[in-house]
Amino acid sequence: MVEDYFRQYGLITLFAGIAVLVPIGMLMTSYMATKIKVRPRRPSPVKLETYECGFGPIGGKWSFNSRYYTFALLFVIFDVETVFLYPWAVKFGVLSARFGIFALVEVAVFGIILAIGWGYAWRKKALEWT
Amino acid sequence: MALDFLDNAFFRNIYCNLSASDDGRCGERVFSVLPGGFEWLAFLITGIVIALILVNGLLGSVIVFIWAERRLLGRFQSRLGPNRWGPFGTLTPVADAIKTMFKEDIVPDAADRWVFNAAPVVMMVPSLMVLAVIPWGSGTFLADLNIGVLFIIAITSLSTFAIVMAGWGSQNRYAMFGAMRAVALLISYEIPMALSLLGVLMIAGSLSLVSIVSAQDLPFILVQPLGFLVFFIATTAEINRTPFDVAEAESELGAGYHTDYSGMKFGLFLNAEFAATILSAAVIVAVFLGGGRAWDFLPSQIWFLLKMLPVLIFMVWMRASWPRLRIDQVLSLAWKGLIILAFINIVGSAILTFIWPDPSTTELWKMAGINLIVMIASVYAVGGLLGPGSAPVAGFARGEAPPTPRPAGEPAGGSG
Repeated sequence: MVEDYFRQYGLITLFAGIAVLVPIGMLMTSYMATKIKVRPRRPSPVKLETYECGFGPIGGKWSFNSRYYTFALLFVIFDVETVFLYPWAVKFGVLSARFGIFALVEVAVFGIILAIGWGYAWRKKALEWT
Repeated sequence: MALDFLDNAFFRNIYCNLSASDDGRCGERVFSVLPGGFEWLAFLITGIVIALILVNGLLGSVIVFIWAERRLLGRFQSRLGPNRWGPFGTLTPVADAIKTMFKEDIVPDAADRWVFNAAPVVMMVPSLMVLAVIPWGSGTFLADLNIGVLFIIAITSLSTFAIVMAGWGSQNRYAMFGAMRAVALLISYEIPMALSLLGVLMIAGSLSLVSIVSAQDLPFILVQPLGFLVFFIATTAEINRTPFDVAEAESELGAGYHTDYSGMKFGLFLNAEFAATILSAAVIVAVFLGGGRAWDFLPSQIWFLLKMLPVLIFMVWMRASWPRLRIDQVLSLAWKGLIILAFINIVGSAILTFIWPDPSTTELWKMAGINLIVMIASVYAVGGLLGPGSAPVAGFARGEAPPTPRPAGEPAGGSG
């Protein structure tokens, strides 16, 4: 059993190695084409400028929108909750056979507490963009 | 004991010709390359062979899919599509691939070189990794992970990092806006995507994709129509396809997070996106359309690929039919629409699984009927809830004063 477990994950590790090597290999092939003068390399100051509709970029550091933070915070809450629900869902058949309606009610309480928080976020306009 | 790829006759042949094992899998031994004690090496080599078949098959099918998508989009828009190189333009994507390979590679001076160069590789890895756990037919898979579904969700969310790296490393406003939008979109849709699979897991009772396929005496698209709907929409958003492609909105943002990329690095981004499309179709087939299970007159691998076709064509059709949503519409669809639908699906599936813990085919049909009614009712209700109220221009519909226009110069102000 344990051996089988490591066998499957060993294959995944092997595949991860291949998955990293394939894109690097593609980049390397392309890079080698520069070495044999098939791929051009003629940099110029204009070419190496940051793209902005043909003008040089104006202004210093850019900022980004603080609205994204709200969604990121909500994401963390809901993602953790999803992780909690996964083992319950997989073993729900076993749990309901053993504990009866309790398996359902307990998660329902969990879900309701979460739904209250979610409704509060909606009410406070955390889910609005404007 | 989990299955592994040695249950497939073709792969078992490779393994048995290499190894000298006598564990009863190989039957009568006639020939072995490696001496005894090297079974692990034979196993490893077989694994590498399968991995290479999978990766090359995916990269090849990306080329075919790019051609098919451009042809189909052409037909949807009443034009011919690419038709110059090769019969029906089949060589066009090959020409494109050669061109991206030999284009000059420009790294802007302002860019953070390491992050900029690593981003395409990081983008490509998760798209390829999903290949490993998908059961392409009976016994045709690299590894049967006991957490297959969770693995897919975890691995695919890694592409968020790649997008942030690309946006940040480019030091470009368009790229940064695109990256911020993409992150908001990806993390928002990850929740309904993960939640919508819970109903499937309850019925199948396992996270392994092989077990999920073998649990589908009735395809789960019928048993879990609401879960399928939410999963399909969320997956389309996760892979940045058109109704949700705010991240690379070419009319507003140049090309979004890969604005400054050129040559092979751009090619890798493009490749990763199309590979993700194909793999999401494969995941949908494995989880909702019964995998390779169908009638016996064709091998299960062929059935799997045949089932992927309508999913892919439907995705192209969506791209041709719908305009892009705004970022606020995208996010409110996820947070106010799909999450409710996913929760309704969880509650419904939990109650039905509680009533029928180990469903037979008849009980699956009953579930299908009940879930179909639940789906129609809840989509109707949530649609009304989302309705016109979610859009800032809704005032028009209710006869109120039109909204004040946003102040000029807003893009420079940092709104994504």
